[in-house]
Amino acid sequence: MVPSRSGRCLAEGRAGSADEALARVFRDEAARLTSSVVRLIGDFGVAEEIVGDTLVIAIERWRRDGIPERPGAWLTTTAKRRAIDRLRRDATYARKLADIDRGGEIGPDEVDDRLRLIFTCCHPALAPNARVALTLQAVLGFTTSDIATAFVASEAAIAQRLSRARRKITEARIAYRMPADDELPERLASVLAVLYLAFNEGYLSSRPAAPFRRDLAEDAAWLTEGLANLMPREPEPLGLLALMQLNLARSSARFDAAGRIVLLRDQDRVRWDRAAISSAIALLERAGAMGRPGPYQVQAAIAACHAEAETWDLTDWVQVVLLYDVLMSMTPTPIVRLNRAIALREIAGPEAALEEVEALAGELDGYHLFHATRAELLRDTGDRETARVAEAAALDLTRNEAERTLLQGRLLTM
Amino acid sequence: MKYVLMFCSDGADTERFARMSDEDRLAQYERVARWFADNRSKITGGNQLGFPTNATTVRWSADETPLVTDGPFLEGNEVIGGYAEIDVADLDEALRMAKAWPPRGAVEIRPVLG
Repeated sequence: MVPSRSGRCLAEGRAGSADEALARVFRDEAARLTSSVVRLIGDFGVAEEIVGDTLVIAIERWRRDGIPERPGAWLTTTAKRRAIDRLRRDATYARKLADIDRGGEIGPDEVDDRLRLIFTCCHPALAPNARVALTLQAVLGFTTSDIATAFVASEAAIAQRLSRARRKITEARIAYRMPADDELPERLASVLAVLYLAFNEGYLSSRPAAPFRRDLAEDAAWLTEGLANLMPREPEPLGLLALMQLNLARSSARFDAAGRIVLLRDQDRVRWDRAAISSAIALLERAGAMGRPGPYQVQAAIAACHAEAETWDLTDWVQVVLLYDVLMSMTPTPIVRLNRAIALREIAGPEAALEEVEALAGELDGYHLFHATRAELLRDTGDRETARVAEAAALDLTRNEAERTLLQGRLLTM
Repeated sequence: MKYVLMFCSDGADTERFARMSDEDRLAQYERVARWFADNRSKITGGNQLGFPTNATTVRWSADETPLVTDGPFLEGNEVIGGYAEIDVADLDEALRMAKAWPPRGAVEIRPVLG
């Protein structure tokens, strides 16, 4: 195998960009690889395991020898070899083996394969964190180790999570197919939730060293874009994509030179990526033209209100609160209510907002931003003592280094 | 693929059922009967179960002595009122059937092995 240019990068030991190149290849090839192996073996659970193993082998070899000229073919060949070994060891697959030996080739890509794959990985019968792990590995080409790093979990825990999910898919017979039309809204919502969860984990990583892991957030956005292209008549994937792009557009301004978080109200809006914002808003308008509003479109519209405002004070807060009202009618969760209260403060004052927030104490007691918000509102209404207690509670609960610094800073000023 | 659907309820469901008028209860029975009729081709067995107060449970202590106790395995309010054995293509079909179960409460879907 002739090492490619990126192979020479690896040989020269520029670890950062080499790993980036690897990540990009895996991202581009993973879904096709998984679909091929599923078609070969017929069992998603076993196929996914083989894909996971193949990625690990690829990393070892390619770090040593460079990325091959045709990485997709290399991966497929390696996976096929492992699949055959696996089939040999298991008598129930004897017939499948006979098929392959007779020269059954892995067929060409079908457009629907990618969709089938995503919907299967995100099936509601799987635990939410299992759906995320499966999607990251089978569709985005994350190794078990990558996933563990992203979610601050042990590799063993992630391996077990994947193993349980594969077993459930096989033993409970979760079908590898597109949902029926009447199932689609619920199933699509499940997929979008997984993508948003992955995005947020990357956007505000709980890893101590790097507060903002662009790659996971960008990969989630990349996959969302892929999904939107595969389902052009669905507005919500576009809505989610717009939301992600609006968040990413602000990323340069989110942290200061010392790596501390800068709140939205304090961000230097000159640093926002205006081109990305325009493009995101265009996506949102395209979604809106379909006339089927949904929670991600509404969240994107809220983000657009912020993106279009020159300053925090000039934000159209009335519009923001109205949009939160719409969002509440769709997804009436305590967190949406909390975020609405933050916006409400701008049009109705801190007392009204505090009343809303206090009502959420039972449900949000374990959430650091609840306490942080409460602390701020208490300070604004003049109750500094209680504010200090709330701020300390928030600090206790946050795992993210940058957020801890922010909250510690605020505690010092109380 | 075979599954067992277990029809469960908790204290709140039981209360709601007890407070129903005779008319509403009758209507509920009819809806359940219709569910069984609609799904006839997929149901291979099943039964309504007797009240949990008439159940008896065998457990084992740490030293492996069997202990017999009066009452159901599930503690507290949760009750399995009945089960249906079904044979359908995959989990999505089982889910479709379970989602249509009229009394609501909860339905557990368990794959049958073998």
